[in-house]
Amino acid sequence: MLRTTTGRTVAALAASAAALLALSACSSGSGTSSSDDVTISYGIWDQNQQPAMEEIAEAFTAEHPNVTVEIQLTPYKEYFTKLQTSVSGGAAPDVFWMNGPNFQLYASNGVIAPLDDQGVEASDYPQGLIDLYTYDGSLYGVPKDFDTVALWYNTELFDAAGVEYPSAGWTWDDLKAAAAKLSDPAAGVYGITATQYGQENYYNSIAQAGGEVISADGTESGYGSSEALEGITLWTDLIAAGSSPTAQQMTDTAAEDFFISGKAAMFQNGSWAAIAYAENPDLAEKVNVAPLPAGADGNQSVIHGIGNVANAKSTNLDIAKEFAAFASGEQAAAIQSESGTVIPAFNGSQQAWVDALPQYDLQVYIDALESAVPYPVSKNTAAWTALESEILSQVWAGTVSPEDGLTQLAEEMQAALDAESE
Amino acid sequence: MSDLIAQRTAAPIAELDGGRPGAAAPAPRRRRRGPGQSGWWALVFIGPTAVGLLAFYLWPTVRTFILSFTKSGPFGGSEFVGLDNYVRLLEDPELIGALRNTAVYTVLVLVGIPIAVGIAALLNTTGLRGRGIYRTLYFIPVVTMPAAIALVWRMIYNGDYGVLNEVLGVFGIPGNSWLTDPTTALVSIAVVGIWAGLGTNIVIFLAGLQGIPDTVMEAADLDGAGPVRKFVSITIPLLSPSIFFVSVISVIGALQVFDLIYMMLGQNNPAMPNTRTIVYLFYEAGFLDNERGYAAAIAFLLLVIILVLTVVQFRLQKKWVHYE
Repeated sequence: MLRTTTGRTVAALAASAAALLALSACSSGSGTSSSDDVTISYGIWDQNQQPAMEEIAEAFTAEHPNVTVEIQLTPYKEYFTKLQTSVSGGAAPDVFWMNGPNFQLYASNGVIAPLDDQGVEASDYPQGLIDLYTYDGSLYGVPKDFDTVALWYNTELFDAAGVEYPSAGWTWDDLKAAAAKLSDPAAGVYGITATQYGQENYYNSIAQAGGEVISADGTESGYGSSEALEGITLWTDLIAAGSSPTAQQMTDTAAEDFFISGKAAMFQNGSWAAIAYAENPDLAEKVNVAPLPAGADGNQSVIHGIGNVANAKSTNLDIAKEFAAFASGEQAAAIQSESGTVIPAFNGSQQAWVDALPQYDLQVYIDALESAVPYPVSKNTAAWTALESEILSQVWAGTVSPEDGLTQLAEEMQAALDAESE
Repeated sequence: MSDLIAQRTAAPIAELDGGRPGAAAPAPRRRRRGPGQSGWWALVFIGPTAVGLLAFYLWPTVRTFILSFTKSGPFGGSEFVGLDNYVRLLEDPELIGALRNTAVYTVLVLVGIPIAVGIAALLNTTGLRGRGIYRTLYFIPVVTMPAAIALVWRMIYNGDYGVLNEVLGVFGIPGNSWLTDPTTALVSIAVVGIWAGLGTNIVIFLAGLQGIPDTVMEAADLDGAGPVRKFVSITIPLLSPSIFFVSVISVIGALQVFDLIYMMLGQNNPAMPNTRTIVYLFYEAGFLDNERGYAAAIAFLLLVIILVLTVVQFRLQKKWVHYE
C-alpha cells in the first residue's frame, strides 16, 4: 500500500510538474513573441531517431517560419504510461508517435484527431499500415515507418553443419529439417529459437497457416481455429524436437542472445535488427537474412509501424494535424531513409534503407510488404495480449497442451473483446 | 502518523491550560508567553510533515478508496459501480494464487530474522577482528539499487550459464532453471529478498544487542551460565523489542513485494502463476489491463490484510516481547 501510494504520488507530482511546465511554456510563449508564433510539441520514444526527427522539425519550420517544433523524448518503457497520464491532465504533446496496440484506444476515446482533411494519399503507404491506423473509416495516424519480419541465419553454423542457406521458397518443412540438422546438443547449439514472441514468430506463422489472431474488424478472436493451432505448434514442435532451446532456457537467457553468441543458427527478427547486427563486430560478417518460410497459405509477415497522430485537444490543432502528415510525408521519409535507422513507410523511399547495408539481403523486408498482414489490434489490445502472454507461456513450457491452451485463450480473449464493445 | 497524534494532543492541552478560570492571577503573563504560543510553535514544526502526510499519504489513500468503487476510463472520467470491483476480485481465480504466493513469500522472508539475529550476535562478539569490514559487507546490499540486485541474481540463477549451477555441478548436484521452475521460483526470489534485507535488520539488532547492559551478562556469568544459555535466556528476551519491530516491518515489506518479481521473472515466465503476488496482480490490472478501479480494489484488499496482520502482531507481542 505504501509503495502504491508513493507511486501514485510520484505520478501525480510528475503530472502537476508537467502541467506547470506547460503553463509556463504557454505564458512565456505568448508573452515574448508575436501572436502568430506557434510552438508545438512532438512526442517520440526512440533516442536513435531523435536527430532525424529534429531534422524533420527544422524542415517543417522552413516551410512555416512561425512554427517551432519541440521534440519531447520519453523512453519507450514509460512512454505510454506517461502519455495516458498527460492526456488525462491535458498536457499531452500536440503531435506524437503512436503504435498499433495503443492506437484504437486513443482513436476510440477521441484523444487523437482524424486526419482525413490532410490530403494523405493511402496509395503512398503500405496498405497494412493504412488499415492499422484507420478507425471507423477515418485515418487517424499517418504511417511514419514500418517493420516486417524475416529470417536471420548464421552462415558459419550453416557451413559447419553442411546445410544450405535459407532461401525464397523455403517451407516450414525445410525450416524444421534444417533446424534439426543444425542442432548440436553437445555443443549447446540449436537450429532456431522458437520464442514465445508474437510479432517475430507466432503472429506470422498463424497467418502463414491461413488463420488470424483477430478478425479484421477487431471483434473476434481467431485462436479457436485449427490454423491458429498449426501456427502455434510449429514452434512448440521445434522445442519438443530439441531444435530450439526450451521456453525455460529462453526466459533465463534472451532468445536473441542465443543467436548473437552463435548458439542458435536461425532467428526470426524485425527489420530493426539489421543496423544492430551490422554494428556488432562479432556478428556482422557471419549473418544474413532470408524471407520467412511458407506455411500452407504463404509466407506472410505481420507489418507494424509507428504512426504520427495529432492530439485532438491541441490548442494549435490545424498546425498539429499538418505536422503529423508532414512528418510522415515524402520529404520526412527521405530524411529518415538517409539516417538508416528505420524503413520509412512512404512508398518509393525505402531503397536508401536497403542500400545502406548492401552486405545483407535487406530487400526481403521490402518484398514482404506484398503479402504482409496488419499487426493484430483492437480497442483494448493490452487486455488480451496479457492473456496471450500468460496462457501461451504455459503452452510453451509444455505444462498445458497447445489444444487446451488455445481453447482457453480463444474463450478468454473473446470475453475481453466482448467487454470492449460494451 | 505520530506527528498527527502529537498535533492533536498538543491543542487540547493548550486550551485546557489557558482556559482554566482558577489560574487567573498569574495567567496574563503566562498566557502571552506560554501555552498559546507553544501551541503555535508546535504547529509550525509539525506543519510541514502533517501537510506532507495529508497530501501524499492520506489523500491518495482516500482517493484510492473512492476509485475502488468506480470503473475508470483510460483517460480519466469514471462511473460509480458500487461493490462490483470487490465482488469481481473475490471471484477472480487468480486471487487465491496471489494470496497463497504472498503468504508463502512472507513466511520465507521471516526466516531471515533468526539469520539476522545470529549474524548480529556474531558481529557483536567482543574481540572480533575486522568487525567494521563485516558490518560494511552485510550492509552493502542495502545501499545497492534493487534493479542491479535483480539483474545480478538473474545471472546467478541462469539455468544454462549461471554461477549457482556451476558451483552445484562441482559437487555433483544437478542444476536447475531456478527462476522458471514453478517449484523453485518463489523460493529463489525470497532468498534474494532475505539477502537484500539482511543488512538493515543486522544494524537494528546490533543496536539492540549493544543496549543490553554488561552487568546482566556478568551476573549470568557469576551464576555459571554458558554462552548458549546466556543467548537463549538473556539476549533473546532482551532483544525481543527489536525482533518485534523487525518482524512487523518485514511482514509489511514482504506483503508488498513486487520489484524483485517484476525484474527477475519477466512477463512470459511459465512460473508466473506460482509467483504472482498481490501487488503484481495490482500491477497487471492497473498498468497492463487499464483497469484502475479494479486495481484500486486490489490495493485496498492488501491494505486491509496488512492492517489486520499488524494488529494481530501487536496483540501477540504481549505474550513474548519483554520491555525492561
